[in-house]
Amino acid sequence: MRAIVYIRLKTEVLDPQGQAIESALKNLGENNINNIRQGKLIEMDIEAKNIQEAEEKIEKITKSLLANTVIEEYSIEIS
Amino acid sequence: MNVTIIRFPGTNCDLDTANAVKKVLGIVPKIISCKEDKIPKSDLIIIPGGFSYGDYLRSGAIAAREPIMDDLELRANQGVYIIGICNGFQILTERKLLQGSLLKNSSLKFISKSVELKINRNDTFFTSKYQTDEVVNIPIAHHDGNFFADQDTLDSIEDNNQVALRYLNPINGSLNNIAGLYNKNLNILGLMPHPERAVDLKTGTNDGSRIFESALNFYST
Repeated sequence: MRAIVYIRLKTEVLDPQGQAIESALKNLGENNINNIRQGKLIEMDIEAKNIQEAEEKIEKITKSLLANTVIEEYSIEIS
Repeated sequence: MNVTIIRFPGTNCDLDTANAVKKVLGIVPKIISCKEDKIPKSDLIIIPGGFSYGDYLRSGAIAAREPIMDDLELRANQGVYIIGICNGFQILTERKLLQGSLLKNSSLKFISKSVELKINRNDTFFTSKYQTDEVVNIPIAHHDGNFFADQDTLDSIEDNNQVALRYLNPINGSLNNIAGLYNKNLNILGLMPHPERAVDLKTGTNDGSRIFESALNFYST
């Protein structure tokens, strides 16, 4: 199975990188794009008996390492 | 007094920190690799600055999960004194030994300069040689020093008087200008400024010396 973990800064956390990207886009003349937030995506193969077991494992490793839940939120996709 | 410095791949302030300890305290600290099984018996453990594991994933995230950190956590719970400087501070927050987290500077700039800091309290192991509210000059050199915690955590940090030092002027977006923080038991200090770079007037300021002197003072009185 292939798992994808999407990690985003929580909405209340300032994202200066997103702001910098937005400012670069404005320099390129893209004035109708706003509120850019930058996150990250981590994907991996996982061996598990079923989707539920895979989800539980991915949830565990995301909480223990991939995301810092003080500042980030995450969502998991398994296919 | 036994001082141990832990070095991770990418740590680059270990020798400066060892020199500072030697110069200020006359003690030769032990520098150990994070691949050692155990930390030797220590009265003070220092996690120095640098870019452990290249800041991959998040600053300090990989180092915080090294097996040696299990031993560090054990020592922390036994009350051993621990300082995390810069990347060391980031590692301690990633390990949840200190609250909050350190985000990218709000300006997105790497800031490397001497800054004015206010000592919040002088009744701890690390600050007895300072005055409360004293303003000192110590250099910072970081990209991710913007202290963040949710409102409840920030309130509890302030209510418990856990702030160690604050930037006199806003510099990197840190909430409440927090530059250094204690755990609740006051045996762990994390700070973004580099006291080891401020122990000799030849380099502009020796205001960092007294953090080390305060520690020695504790053991000699």
